[in-house]
Amino acid sequence: MTTADSAEMTGADTALKVRNLNAYYGAFRALKDVSFDIPRNKVTALIGPSGCGKSTLLRCFNRMNELIPGARIEGEVLFNDENVYHPAIDPTEVRYRIGMVFQKPNPFPKSIYDNVAFGLRINGYRGDYDEAVERSLRGAALWDEVKDRLHESGFALSGGQQQRLCIARALAVEPEIILMDEPASALDPIATLEIESLMRELIRDYTVVVVTHNMQQAARVSDKTAFLNMDEDRAGYLVETGDTHQIFTNPADERTEAYITGRFG
Amino acid sequence: MAAADWASRFRPNLARRKVWGRIWFALFMLAIVVGLAGLVILVMRVLYQGAPWLSFHFLTDYPSRFPEQAGMRSAIFGSIWIIGLTGAFTVPVGVGAAVYLEEYAPKNWLTRIIEVNISNLAGVPSIVYGLLGLAVFVQLLAMGRSVLAGALTMSLLVLPVVIIASREAIRSVPSSHREAAYGLGATKFQVVKEIVVPQSIPGIMTGTILALSRAVGEAAPMIAISALVFLTFVPTDPLDKFTVMPIQIFNWVSRPQEGFRGIAAAGIIVLLVVLLTMNAVAVYIRNRTQRRSEE
Ligand SMILES: Nc1ncnc2c1ncn2[C@@H]1O[C@H](COP(=O)(O)OP(=O)(O)O)[C@@H](O)[C@H]1O
Ligand SMILES: [Mg+2]
Repeated sequence: MTTADSAEMTGADTALKVRNLNAYYGAFRALKDVSFDIPRNKVTALIGPSGCGKSTLLRCFNRMNELIPGARIEGEVLFNDENVYHPAIDPTEVRYRIGMVFQKPNPFPKSIYDNVAFGLRINGYRGDYDEAVERSLRGAALWDEVKDRLHESGFALSGGQQQRLCIARALAVEPEIILMDEPASALDPIATLEIESLMRELIRDYTVVVVTHNMQQAARVSDKTAFLNMDEDRAGYLVETGDTHQIFTNPADERTEAYITGRFG
Repeated sequence: MAAADWASRFRPNLARRKVWGRIWFALFMLAIVVGLAGLVILVMRVLYQGAPWLSFHFLTDYPSRFPEQAGMRSAIFGSIWIIGLTGAFTVPVGVGAAVYLEEYAPKNWLTRIIEVNISNLAGVPSIVYGLLGLAVFVQLLAMGRSVLAGALTMSLLVLPVVIIASREAIRSVPSSHREAAYGLGATKFQVVKEIVVPQSIPGIMTGTILALSRAVGEAAPMIAISALVFLTFVPTDPLDKFTVMPIQIFNWVSRPQEGFRGIAAAGIIVLLVVLLTMNAVAVYIRNRTQRRSEE
């Protein structure tokens, strides 16, 4: 890391602290000593050229990456000052407290209602299901569009609606952080804008971390930006992090400037 | 280059190319005609011989020494017993084995050996299973020539096919659905139970029905287990003796009296109807789920 954060944030404002994170696929090192903080109730964007490890980094936050055979992680991710990689921590618990939305909308082949209720059921929710499903769908700005057809298949929705259904499904289990891996890259421009404005609403209650290859999107939607890059060895490393405005107007590192002005990547 | 030289450099010979095309088309047609003709002649002959002997009492009566009174009752019930029990044995074991191999087994040489051997078992001749069943279930485990021994033998025969079909179905569940479930905090078993198995059920059912429909027509392994062909009762208990449709047909064919030729043909018609019905159900399930997943 070439540029440290200007001010070390205090625990209460920080949702995740990444410390010396290294990720490997077999012998290949995909991430090299990544350290930075992710602020609470903000949108943090991860940007960088394709293949530099953005998805890998995101999936390390909720221990999804270790589901890939051969994947290995070193270092710490502190969530509420607890290392999610501590041997006493169950990865399953990390995953329902840090939710995830994927690049391609991936609703289950179930009804809209059952999609949202899925996480409630598997985690033994004891409250009112109808109420929780409605709350989640409202949270994802989808309720008004689907309230009369909750028992239709999730596949019957448009791409943008499906992605918001996946967000509602993630919200249902009341996570603290929502990780989104290029959530709008499979969507049309209007659906993309809807997802972006939804992200701005979500940070009232949640912390959002979003991977994007779209510079304008990062600039529009995020409060903080982390720029990753890679060299010949294809191992991703963090170049700099900072307030989005500063990264886009006055980056500290010339590689960041080259990237955001479109000179590579 | 100018269009004028074109003719000096190319010899299109279009007429000859088209003739070749027609010759090959005729050969392909011939291949399908030869393939279908055998089947059509066989079915026509069976229908011609057997149709006059088909009647309601043929389905409900027991076999008899007199062709006019002979029926398939014991064979039909025997086949239902065998297929029912075989299905009950193979579906849980086959799906369980497929889930283990696809979701849990470490990817190492031992797993590879198991996988290769399951594929090989699916190709073992059915009489070998019959002899194995005779030695193990009938004799060693003292089940006698019972429905249970027959169904267990048939299960050995069908199991590799069910495992292969189930693995295929499990592998076709999109990994994005597994990931979504893991991302919501599902445990491995919950992913298997809530996502993988429910989504593979249509594929598993299709494969299992096709495998069972093959088993309905299998005579060889059942002849090894059940020497009996003249049964005037229906099994009421898994330890009862039994016969099945192909054995009954085989027996009728080998009778000298002319009337039994017709009875055998009538039996074949019944067996064909059962097989076609089972295959139609399997195709229906497959098409319905294909349509649904394309939506
Ligand atoms: N499942 C995997 N197995 C092996 N290598 C992988 C796997 N997933 C990603 N990689 C490698 O890790 C690097 C980072 O990939 P990824 O995190 O997907 O990058 P990004 O999201 O920034 O495009 C790439 O070099 C990629 O080839
Ligand atoms: Mg990616």
